[in-house]
Amino acid sequence: MDLNTVLQILDSAVRLMTPLLLACLAGLYSERAGVFDIGLEGKMLMAAFSAATVAALTGNVWLGAVAGLLGALMLSAVHGVASITFRGNQLISGVSINFLASGLTVLLGQKIFGLGGRTPSLTPGAELEAQVTPFRAWLSGITGPDGAAALTATPRFGEITLPFADALRGVPVIGPLYAEVISGHSILVYVAFLMVPLTWWVLYRTRFGLRLRAVGENPASVDTAGVSVTRLRFAAVAIAGLLCGLAGAYLATGLSAGFVKEMTAGRGFIALAALIFAKWRPWGALGATFLFGLLEAVANRYPNLDLGVITVPSMFMNALPYILTVIILAGFVGRAIPPRAGGEPYVKER
Amino acid sequence: MTKMPKWADVILTPLISLVLAMAISALVILAIGESPMVALTTMIDGALGSSYGWGFTLYYATNFIFTGLAVMVAYHASLFNIGGEGQAAMGGLGVALVLLSLPLPHWALALPAAMIGAALFGAAWALIPAWLQAKRGSHIVITTIMFNFIAAALLNYVLVNLLRPVGSMDPASARFPDATHLPKLSDMALALGFEWGKNTPVNISFFVAVIACVLVWLLIWRSRLGFEIRAFGKSEPAALYAGINPVRITVIAMLISGGLAGLMAINNVMGEAERLVLNAVEGAGFIGIAVALMGRNHPLGVFLAALLFGFLYQGGGELALWTSIPRELIIVIQALVILFTGALDNMVRMPLERMFMALRKRGA
Repeated sequence: MDLNTVLQILDSAVRLMTPLLLACLAGLYSERAGVFDIGLEGKMLMAAFSAATVAALTGNVWLGAVAGLLGALMLSAVHGVASITFRGNQLISGVSINFLASGLTVLLGQKIFGLGGRTPSLTPGAELEAQVTPFRAWLSGITGPDGAAALTATPRFGEITLPFADALRGVPVIGPLYAEVISGHSILVYVAFLMVPLTWWVLYRTRFGLRLRAVGENPASVDTAGVSVTRLRFAAVAIAGLLCGLAGAYLATGLSAGFVKEMTAGRGFIALAALIFAKWRPWGALGATFLFGLLEAVANRYPNLDLGVITVPSMFMNALPYILTVIILAGFVGRAIPPRAGGEPYVKER
Repeated sequence: MTKMPKWADVILTPLISLVLAMAISALVILAIGESPMVALTTMIDGALGSSYGWGFTLYYATNFIFTGLAVMVAYHASLFNIGGEGQAAMGGLGVALVLLSLPLPHWALALPAAMIGAALFGAAWALIPAWLQAKRGSHIVITTIMFNFIAAALLNYVLVNLLRPVGSMDPASARFPDATHLPKLSDMALALGFEWGKNTPVNISFFVAVIACVLVWLLIWRSRLGFEIRAFGKSEPAALYAGINPVRITVIAMLISGGLAGLMAINNVMGEAERLVLNAVEGAGFIGIAVALMGRNHPLGVFLAALLFGFLYQGGGELALWTSIPRELIIVIQALVILFTGALDNMVRMPLERMFMALRKRGA
């Protein structure tokens, strides 16, 4: 395996870990506030669908991303109402959100595009052009034809070349690493990575973060201090929705070009696994999702990994995140202790 | 004093939840520009209008009875088993291994053998999450989710690399021997001299499912073990104080639950496909959650809810065939049923309780 292959695998790992990282941080906010969220998968799926749909209809990926955020937020609201307001079972609510997304995306997609549940491909071409034309015509009434053409010409997130990427390429190892792995991703990848220190700062250095963590460990104490448990938990669930929205938008308009049925393919659950792996900590989330992204990248590249002695089938690589999580959960390799009040609705008065 | 009469709790709340779920589904149908009435009549016609429709409805219901009972038994021990999907898939592997390796001369012998294989594999798949929950405190919901994915990967590997017949491209096992094919209800009807449900997959497993309902009822409400399971589910400290071993109850309840989910394989793998294919469970494990919630965790309720979901599944298929509504509509309905009966239970219950309190006051 030469350096080039390693770089390609790392590059692919960075792309694949991004939705996992965003979803994992989403789960982190929610679960740190004491609201279990197994609906990450559904929220991501809904966001991916809304983002791809709006991007395909308007030719503008930013509008798509906003739609993605709104799509995920909508399901977050359902989760919040069910599990905070009505003190329902958070796990059951999460399960229903996953199904809701899986059904609605196909139903709405078939209605809007009639393509059997997928959206048109977001790569420039006749299929996309036909979808964008009405919006462009409408827009040119406001901005003029040139403005409309410019605003509807970016259906996908483009790749950003970081400064000096080409200039540094000549430097051994570091140069190609910078140019290939770190540079050349879409903006959401960098947003995802910035979210890690930001989340750390919010959780451990702000009053909101302190309260958020407290409400996940001992909501009664927060309530006694005169802070609304309901408000805090709703805020956490909403943040989770926004982050899932970004994850979904990246999936459909960054990583791939368009939405296909069930495109999240269990990523929400891998993110959940990563969250446990990370022991509900932001920097841990970065490490865990990188590991799982790397596993996926390796499995993609080598469907049957030949280690000389034995050949590892791709199915094993795909199942590895889940197996590792079970081992971690079993407490054989370090103990993962969830927030204490996780999963329990808070009852103010008995 | 109870806030609500028992009949209201058992019948009224699930019915209202169902009506709410249906109303929202109707809105969804309206939103995609179709008529809810046409959709409903198409579904009723397709699922219940002929013996052919009934044959499929009952076939699906059989699957859902098993997975619904599985969720229900675990729920009584206050364990949320979302691993029915993986356990049922492993049950399929158990059935396939039994039928492909033992030379069983007749279905009457093959059925019990396959049932043992299915239940053992399903139970084994529930054992590790159960043990981890009981001994190490790992959350059973997370472990069973993980085990669903591990089961899918394992089955994929086994079908592609081990069970696939030489020269076949299909990731599926060889066909089971003819002698082990289960009698279909349509064959039984013919033997009795009338034609019913020709070419439908519903088979003798349906009766096994009905018997399973009765046995589960006996287990939960008429046996010592059932009492221990319920006591443990209601209050772990109280159960502990009464000398009930929490590890034992957790493991046994999950073994029974996994076994029941695994038993589904005698219907879909042995009865219908007659070979093991990839993704044979088709989400039935998850529907078990909706069925158990809707059925208020009682075998009779599970039976009725399974019929309802059997109807939705067959009706949904017909919907996709005759209208432009995709069959994913049933996933939306399923999600809404789970949401209203499971998560938004209080939303339905609180106004009802208030209403009954007010009525009682006026009466007194």
